[in-house]
Amino acid sequence: MVSLNHYLILSAVLFSIGTAGVFLRRNLITVLLSIEVMLNAVNLTFISVGRYLGTVDGQIIVFFVMTVAAAEAAVGLALVIALFRHRETLNPDAFTSLKW
Amino acid sequence: MLLLIPLLPLAGFLVNAFAGRRLPKAVSGLVGCLAMIGSFAVSSAAVWGLVSSGEHAVEQTVFSWLSSHSLQVPFALRLDHLSALMILVVTGIGSLIHIYSVGYMHEEPDGEYARYFSYLNLFAAFMLVLVLGASFPVMFIGWEGVGLCSYLLIGFWFHKHSAADAGKKAFVVNRIGDFGFILGMLLIFTTFGTLDFQGVAAAAATRAPETAVGVMTIATMLLFVGATGKSAQIPLYVWLPDAMEGPTPVSALIHAATMVTAGVYMIGRNAVLFEHAPITLAIVAGIGVATALMAGTIGLVQHDIKRVLAYSTVSQLGFMFLAMGVGSFAAGIFHLYTHAFFKALLFLGAGAVIHALAGEQDLRNMGGLKRQLPITYWTFLIGALAIAGVPGLAGFFSKDEILFRTFTAATPGHTLMWVLGVVTSLLTAIYMFRLVFLAFHGERRHEAPMPQQSEEEEPVTQVSGTVPPPALAAGHVPAVHGSDHHAAAQQGAPGHHGMPHEAPWSMAVPLILLAAGSVLAGYAGLPHALGGSNRIEQFLEPAFHAPTQAVEIVASAAQPPIVPVALGLQLPGDAHAGEVHAGEVHADAATELRLMALSSGIAFAGIGIAAYFWLRRRDAAAAVADRMRPLHRLLLDKYYVDEAYDALLVQPLTTLSRTVLWRGVDAGLVDGAVNGVGLAVGAGSDALRRAQTGSVRTYAAMFFAGVVVIVGHYLL
Repeated sequence: MVSLNHYLILSAVLFSIGTAGVFLRRNLITVLLSIEVMLNAVNLTFISVGRYLGTVDGQIIVFFVMTVAAAEAAVGLALVIALFRHRETLNPDAFTSLKW
Repeated sequence: MLLLIPLLPLAGFLVNAFAGRRLPKAVSGLVGCLAMIGSFAVSSAAVWGLVSSGEHAVEQTVFSWLSSHSLQVPFALRLDHLSALMILVVTGIGSLIHIYSVGYMHEEPDGEYARYFSYLNLFAAFMLVLVLGASFPVMFIGWEGVGLCSYLLIGFWFHKHSAADAGKKAFVVNRIGDFGFILGMLLIFTTFGTLDFQGVAAAAATRAPETAVGVMTIATMLLFVGATGKSAQIPLYVWLPDAMEGPTPVSALIHAATMVTAGVYMIGRNAVLFEHAPITLAIVAGIGVATALMAGTIGLVQHDIKRVLAYSTVSQLGFMFLAMGVGSFAAGIFHLYTHAFFKALLFLGAGAVIHALAGEQDLRNMGGLKRQLPITYWTFLIGALAIAGVPGLAGFFSKDEILFRTFTAATPGHTLMWVLGVVTSLLTAIYMFRLVFLAFHGERRHEAPMPQQSEEEEPVTQVSGTVPPPALAAGHVPAVHGSDHHAAAQQGAPGHHGMPHEAPWSMAVPLILLAAGSVLAGYAGLPHALGGSNRIEQFLEPAFHAPTQAVEIVASAAQPPIVPVALGLQLPGDAHAGEVHAGEVHADAATELRLMALSSGIAFAGIGIAAYFWLRRRDAAAAVADRMRPLHRLLLDKYYVDEAYDALLVQPLTTLSRTVLWRGVDAGLVDGAVNGVGLAVGAGSDALRRAQTGSVRTYAAMFFAGVVVIVGHYLL
């Protein structure tokens, strides 16, 4: 029997993987993908808790998250293109001129 | 009606202050003079109304000024017999000095001329508020106001460094005194719950005189500190001699006749309070006589004609305080009143001399002016005789009254004070006649440099036929005639400083009127011993009592036959004829007559000494000065008081201000705190901005750490 805990553990694992991707990967596109993974880990939590409680609130919020994630991906990829045209690289460590 | 008295000069001030720049000299001078003369007319009418009504005081409340719980101070003016005398002196002598100023200041440009008259009128307005004020705060308005005007007028020629300094000194020293006055005023309010003079007097009268130091003694001492500042007594007298930097009519009006008497007036105004503090009174008398003696000795050797007169003023003010201190308030005010006449006269005479010599003030460069300036000479001589105490003139009666009262007083040490007073009057006669002989007699010792005149001074050989010197007074030493080419007096040429010229009419008329006053003013207080009834004392007496106290003035029931003044001196056997029972204060008339004979002898002795040294044997004077060189030096340098104050007070204060207060507290502490806060914020920010790495992943890590902390906080 698959219980709620299984879903939550899976969600936590996915979230951790996404977080690690954001911190460790040196490619901006991969970082954006990792963020998507993190968002979907959260979506999974909402869905499973919604189901567990027998309400539709979780599903509604997930739809919101998915629209925002789509917009975010669009803006993010546009920025990535602009940055790449500027610097010919996608390493986030190259973009540190906005400091002190 | 009372309000009109100070309001008229104030209006004159406003006209000259705001429109004076565009007014021609004649108009601004006329406005100034008319304001004063108008005020004099109103004062006379008011005093006449007071006297004929038989009331003790007339009061006018203008508006409610301070009103806070138990503190109720209406802006009220009160005319009683004491302030009646004062307003007559202030407006009367003030008018004459205004008229004199028209001539004296004629060389000033239009704007300056108007500025001068506006200050003069403002001064008169404040002085009248001072004497008419019915309570301490109203008096204080005038008290501060005259100090301000004094500052403005001493520094009138402010482009001259010494004048600006002198003004500042006067202001600062006066402020020290004013501080005492304020404290005294506050103490009186907390003690008696009122600030009205009559209220305070009534409250004080219900108490027993303090034999030990009590609240009334402290309050009167504080008030006396104020009086020493305003009236130039030890230790705050140092500003008055320096005040001579101002124009001479100012010295006459403010620093001789009126403002400096404010302290004396204030003590007279609070006579009841001071009478209940015998310790203060003794101190007042001691300070007064010490000041009189010290200033007299300094006056003996000074070279500047105005400084001699300034020290003479300090000395005479000392006499007034002596009178106040021995409880004889009427005698003090009487001397104030006669002194106003002859000291104004002497200053104006000195001004005429300075004017004639185009600004020369050094006695060593004068001499032989008697023939060139006959009007000045004769009026000045009358003034000198009056101040020296020659019988028959104003100063004799008032000074004699003071000495007599001192002799018979109950104050501890009164005999010593009397002796010092007599010595001082001897000094007075000597230094005054030294001045007369040095300035007017003998030969012109030095051709004064004529700064305004470019052409060579040609010797005028013709002897003046226009001004024959009037006959010499009997007993007066004939002058050594000056050489011929100094003898011509250039009459009626104002504005041209060729030869010394006699004063224009606007200066001569006040001189003559004041000379008449110096002769006649004393007869208002003709003592009983000489067959008079001392009317001035009877006139003033009600003002020195609390309003509830029964005022007893026993009129002289049996008027003795009028003994001529001059003869009275030679008739000591007739003494009892002059004795009148007017209260218990009257001591033996025979004593009074003997004292009078003594002081007239002293006056003549002083004149004789002066004549010997500075007329006959000037070399002897130099020899004496030479033999007592250290003493002479000490006197010439005014006992080094200015230097001592400088070393003991001014320099330490400047050093303290400069090193501790400025460099330490201001630059160190205050600036340090302000700059330190700025620097600390800057350094902190400098450290914090390192966190702004620009690396996206660092920010993300911080984000994450923050989330972990917050979530962890809520979960655990």
